[in-house]
Amino acid sequence: MVLGGVVGPAVLVAVAVLAPAASAGVLRMLLRTSLLLTLPIAVSVLVINVFFFPDGRTVLLRIGPFAATAEGLAFAGEVLARILAISGAVTLFYLTTRPADLVIDLERRGVPARVAFVANASVQTVPALVDRAASITAAQRARGLDTEGSVWRRMRGVIPLVGPVLLGAIAEVEERTMALEARGFSRPGRRTLLWQPPDSRPQRLARWLLVTAVPLLIVARAVGGLAWLA
Amino acid sequence: MLALESVTYRYAGATGPSLRDVNLTLADGEVLGIVGAAEAGKTTLCLVASGLAPRTVGGMMRGRLLLDGIETTPLAMHELAARIGIAFANPATQLSGVAGSVYEEVAFGPMNLGLPRLEIIDRTGAALDALRIGDLSERDPARLSGGQQQLVALAGLLAMRPGHLVLDEPTAQLDPAGTRLVADALGRLAADGVSILLAEQKTDLLAAICGRVVAIESGRLALDGEASAVLADPRLAEIGVAAPAAVRVRRLGEGAALPPAALERLRHALRAEASA
Repeated sequence: MVLGGVVGPAVLVAVAVLAPAASAGVLRMLLRTSLLLTLPIAVSVLVINVFFFPDGRTVLLRIGPFAATAEGLAFAGEVLARILAISGAVTLFYLTTRPADLVIDLERRGVPARVAFVANASVQTVPALVDRAASITAAQRARGLDTEGSVWRRMRGVIPLVGPVLLGAIAEVEERTMALEARGFSRPGRRTLLWQPPDSRPQRLARWLLVTAVPLLIVARAVGGLAWLA
Repeated sequence: MLALESVTYRYAGATGPSLRDVNLTLADGEVLGIVGAAEAGKTTLCLVASGLAPRTVGGMMRGRLLLDGIETTPLAMHELAARIGIAFANPATQLSGVAGSVYEEVAFGPMNLGLPRLEIIDRTGAALDALRIGDLSERDPARLSGGQQQLVALAGLLAMRPGHLVLDEPTAQLDPAGTRLVADALGRLAADGVSILLAEQKTDLLAAICGRVVAIESGRLALDGEASAVLADPRLAEIGVAAPAAVRVRRLGEGAALPPAALERLRHALRAEASA
């Protein structure tokens, strides 16, 4: 947001997202995931801005009553670059960080164990929920539920799953609570952390660079030093 | 020592008590089996004996739970957790859900207790070895089979080194080999002085490792005595519990009027198989 225009965010994506992804060996996965994630929103941003940008004067193309404008295209590009920067950063984080590592590190830095637990458990429960949904689908199909065929049919097939999946997960909460209590989770005071994720010098350096870059860029933008980017 | 003194327990919102006037004492190193039909109160007894009911579960309890002579009523659950361990039948809910590996899962309890790191490493290794799951230690616990998860959950319990253990059908998802591993581990724990309360449908397992067995019916202790006597008691069938295979074979043999010598040989063979 601080960097205006298209060039700024593009440089940012290259330096802070693509380069680290390449060095972590997840570049292909990253591109695939983040492009797929942004595709629906990208299409709507493009269509709406190109045709309905309020300050659009330079008409590029006319389709019936709608006119595509150059200003709209430029603005859409700007928004798209920002969206890509955000989704790329999120995807990179997801692809390179094991949830358990994140939680251990949060806890090490003083986040309460319960908060860390909730953050971690909600991520790790997703595969369990997917498994549960799969077995409930199988059970309901065995009793004649139609989950194949047209899109509309498939969507209707999802509705009877929602109840059992969610209720089943909620019903397990009591037993999970008991198991956690029995393992001393509610004990006040600090837990022992067995290990900590490796934090190398280059990693620390990169973090500091990124954190200090933000105020620097904000200042630069405020004094007009970034006008050449737009 | 673990003792229940005239315990009556009612779940919140229930019309009647699920346990009625239960008196039960477990000596150190004793393995006590609990049998009973579905809904007889086995799980409730486990919850009360572990302190989870009424602390975590709610409900109303009369009577007392004593651990090593200490009245537990004023203690919080996390204070009990270092003294008493509990496992349930469903392994999926026993796992913490936050551990990326089996090793971290087993270490979860000791970490919560705030033990020194070396102590945790020591306990975790020993617990993994006791159930022979050291080769799983790098695996993601969520992606194990039900039986493997059950062993991991038990290892997590063993790593807490509780003086008392309450197990509610801990072998429900285990194959015979896994059941035998658990039986062996429990036998070793008992030899080290841990008292174990074991609710089980598998009466053969109880016959193999329990010294004493109680049968529970509608929340009351119906039978209480030596394992061999209770498991061979004809009233067990009325309560809704299947006798161990050895007892059933003996009855069939007697019914078929087998010669006593043949019966004796059959009994020996069965016993040898059970202890193999």
